[in-house]
This record gives sequence, structure tokens and C-alpha cells, in this order.
Amino acid sequence: MSSEQLQADQVPTKAVTAYKVRNMAFFYGTKKALDNISVDLPAKSVTAIIGPSGCGKSTFIKALNRIAEAETKVRIDGQIELFGQNIYDPKVNITRLRRRVGMVFQRPNPFPMTIYDNITYGPRVFGFKGNYDEIVETSLRRAALWNEVKDKVKTSALGLSGGQQQRLCIARSLAVNPDVLLMDEPCSALDPIATLRIEELIETLRDQFTIIIVTHNMQQAGRVSQNTLFFNTDESRIGQLVENGPTKEIFFSPKDKRTEDYISGRFG
Amino acid sequence: MTTSLRPEQPVSDDLTSPLEPGRALFTTSMTTLSVVFTFFAIIPLFSVLIYVLIQGFTSLSPDIFTKLPAPAGTPGGGFGNAIQGTLLMVGIAALISVPFGVLSGIFLSEYARDDRGIIEVIRFGVNVLAGVPSIVIGVFAYGVVVLSTKTFSAYAGGFALAILMLPIIVRTTEEALKLVPWELRLGSLGLGADRFNTTARVIVPAALPGIITGVMLAVSRAAGETAPLLFTALFSQYWIDKVGQPTASLAVLIFNYATTPYADLQRKAWGASLLLLILVLAISIISRYVFRRRF
Repeated sequence: MSSEQLQADQVPTKAVTAYKVRNMAFFYGTKKALDNISVDLPAKSVTAIIGPSGCGKSTFIKALNRIAEAETKVRIDGQIELFGQNIYDPKVNITRLRRRVGMVFQRPNPFPMTIYDNITYGPRVFGFKGNYDEIVETSLRRAALWNEVKDKVKTSALGLSGGQQQRLCIARSLAVNPDVLLMDEPCSALDPIATLRIEELIETLRDQFTIIIVTHNMQQAGRVSQNTLFFNTDESRIGQLVENGPTKEIFFSPKDKRTEDYISGRFG
Repeated sequence: MTTSLRPEQPVSDDLTSPLEPGRALFTTSMTTLSVVFTFFAIIPLFSVLIYVLIQGFTSLSPDIFTKLPAPAGTPGGGFGNAIQGTLLMVGIAALISVPFGVLSGIFLSEYARDDRGIIEVIRFGVNVLAGVPSIVIGVFAYGVVVLSTKTFSAYAGGFALAILMLPIIVRTTEEALKLVPWELRLGSLGLGADRFNTTARVIVPAALPGIITGVMLAVSRAAGETAPLLFTALFSQYWIDKVGQPTASLAVLIFNYATTPYADLQRKAWGASLLLLILVLAISIISRYVFRRRF
């Protein structure tokens, strides 16, 4: 704990950029879903992505670990850099990229295995030789799940409640020690109490990881994030980044009329 | 001001009042119809089971496992060699068809997903193969294996049965894999696992009960097939001492004995039928238990 604290303290106040996105356009087949996105996402802080349904916020986050291309045929123009490396460089090893960029999905998706095997899955895939018990405990502790499951790590992960499953999925991502954690509406399938626990968890992980969270819930964005991106669609239904900046500014003094309308609940 | 959302027809306010006679009659008659037709649909199943049980039960004895077939009119004798032959040939067939079938199913579901052209071609081929009459498969195996090796044999029979099992295994494997939630694949890929690890460590284990069910379906089908064995394994009155010779099987034994005019052989055919049923049932129950869903 104390060493982690120390690490957190050493983070320079001037934020390091994790993702640098330049003139990015995203196509599903021939249909353009996002256009002209340029933004910097700071490291070791929480960035929230908000916007109405269909504005491309999930699409955007799925471009950041290149998971979109596993689902369907996509094309990405422009540039996305992660700590200075172009992630769409043809030479990029997608496995290495995804190891550094964990992802938590809308619905909890634990594997049908024991809790233990869920956590060790990532390290096993990478051929980790070492103390798996330690990885399991550390990851579960970091995900604030250890105390609830420490006596039943060898039982099925599907026996956990929805909120516990989602924290297990977070723990599973943490087990491979990523730099970035992408969260695609991680609380949309959870009840308010489970949601609160996830939000507290995000708070504790903030100092160690770059967290990018898509959320439908503006209060949630306000509670957990330091920076906010507001996406919206234009007349031709193509997603755009309307405004981005510190969460406080986006919420209390938005520069764009559309942001203000969305924040004040006039649409979306 | 509130406008009434009530329809114009008179609707009773009393929650316990019965439905209008017309609706009630329609509901009842439709329910009755479906129950009656379901009942008729399962009559054949139970009559087959019960009839085979009644007819075959008396001819079951330890001898049938340990003795060779006796000539008509001679008391005693069994068909141990046919049991042996069926197990051997279904085993050979499973050894050939399970790897090919399961891997093809995995390919269709996990690897060819983005390539509709390949999927359509393979699926069409598999469907056509599933529709080929088993006697044609027997003739094919005769042409390919028996003619070229110049002998009827257990592996010719196994080969024919394997072709019969292949489309069943491919289709059920593909279906079982498709039932695994897509999110599990994303979860695994998102952790940095490649497609092989995702498939081998997460998706196939999750689909295993379904895949096993498919394999067992194919095994049951193959164990009872007669036509493909008639030209390939033929029959034999003796114990198996090598796979490269004519081999007895329960299905062909039933066919041979049931068509003879001798009552004692016909009774043996009933016994063999019952044994075949028990065998198939036992295999599927045991495998279901062994590979039951653990999570």
C-alpha cells in the first residue's frame, strides 16, 4: 500500500498524455461513424465520455484498444498514439497493445470458470511463471473484491452477483498490469449500490491507471472524472467530438450550446 | 381532465369474472389440441421402447456377451462378436470424425466468421453430406476402401460410419459454439489473448457440453446404421482377430436374423435390438454426466 502511495505521489502535476488522437475518422464498412476527432487523453486520471445514444462514444473507446475490428469490418483514418506509439501502425502486435489496455464491458462477462481461473487467465495466456496466488489476491484486493470472495476463489465466477462479477472483470483486467483501463458503460447493468462501489473503486484506481469511461449517466461522469469528452452526432448522423476539457468546466461553463443543452437535460 | 382509455365494448370490472364464452372455448380447444397431438407424437417413441423391451428382454443372458452365434435350431449361443464389432467400428468412426468434425465446426464458428463466402460453401457441403442416403455412403466406402484393399474390413465400416457422423458433428459443434455469448470472446481478446487462446481456453470449454451432445448424437446414429456396413464390414461368425477382415456388428446381425424364418434367431434379433438401445442410451447418459456443465 505504501509503495503504491509513493508511486501516486510521484506522478507529476503536469499531466502526461496517454492517448493522442489526431484527425481520427472511423468507418463501419463504408458507413462513417466518427469524423475528425482530435483530442489528448491525460494519463493517470479519469476521462469520461458522455453524449446521446448513437453518438459514437462506444465506437471511440473500442478504437483505443482495437477491439472494434474483432467484431466487424472497420476502417480507421488518422492517428491514435498511445504514449507516443501509433497503435494503428501495421507493425503493432495487437496482443501487446491489448495487454497494456484493459477493457471492461457493459454487461459483466466473467468466463465460465472459477474466480481464481478468471483472474489468472490473462497471465496464463502470456505464459507467466510465478506466484499465481499472489496475483489473484493482489488483483482482487485492488478491485475491492478480496474480502467478499477470499473464501471461495475456487468456486464458479458465475455464482457472484452482477456487481461482484463486474468488479471481478476489473480485477481480471488488472491482473495483467495494464496502463489503461477502458470502461464501456460499466454500471449500466448494475443497481445503484453496486454502481456506487464501482465508482469508489474507480476513485482508488485513478492514481495508478489511465481510466477512460463511457457513461450514459451524467452524474456519474461528474462524480468520477477529471476530464470529460462530449460527443454528439451532426445532421448526417456522424459522431463528432463537440467539446472536451476539465469536467467542472464542461458541466458548469460549457462553451458549446449543444453541450449546455445536453448537460441541462434538454436532449439526449 | 381525464379521457377514458377504455374500449367501447363492455368490459367487466370484476377481476374474477370468467372470459367471454367464445374466447374461453377457443383457448380451451387449442390447448386440448396441442396436448392431444403431442401425445400422438410421442406414442411411436414409447411403443418402440416398450415393444423392444418386452420382446428382447427374455433373450438377454450373459451368454450373448461371451458366446459366438450358434446356427439356427441349436440352443444357446450369443453375439459377443457383434457387440465387439459395433464398439470397434463406432470407435474407429469416432476417431476419424470427431477431430475433423469438431475442428470444422470451430473453423466455421470462430475463424471463418468474416468470410461469408467460405462459410456458405462449407455449410452447403455439410448439409448435402447430411442428406446423402446412408446406403450411398456405404457404396462410396465400398468403392474407396473395400475395392482398393480387396477385403471387407472393420476400418472400411468405420470409414463409412465416420462419413455419416461428420456432418452431424460439424453442425452441432458450430451451433454449440454460436451459443457462447459474444461478450466472452471480447473479454478474452480484450485481455490480450489471441484467437487461438480465446477459442481453446474459453469458448470451446464453455461449449463443451453442447459439443459432446452432438458427438453422442452422431455416435448413436452410427451405432444403429446397417446400410453402410453391409458393403464394408459385411458380417462374420467369429471373434475379431484383426481389423482388416470382415467384422460382425449388431445392426447387421439384427438385419440378418430378423429376416430369417427361424424363431430362435428372430428372438436373438430382438435381444440385439434391445442391447443396441441400451448401449446408445448408456453412452449418452455417461458422457453427459462426465462432461456436465460445471460452471
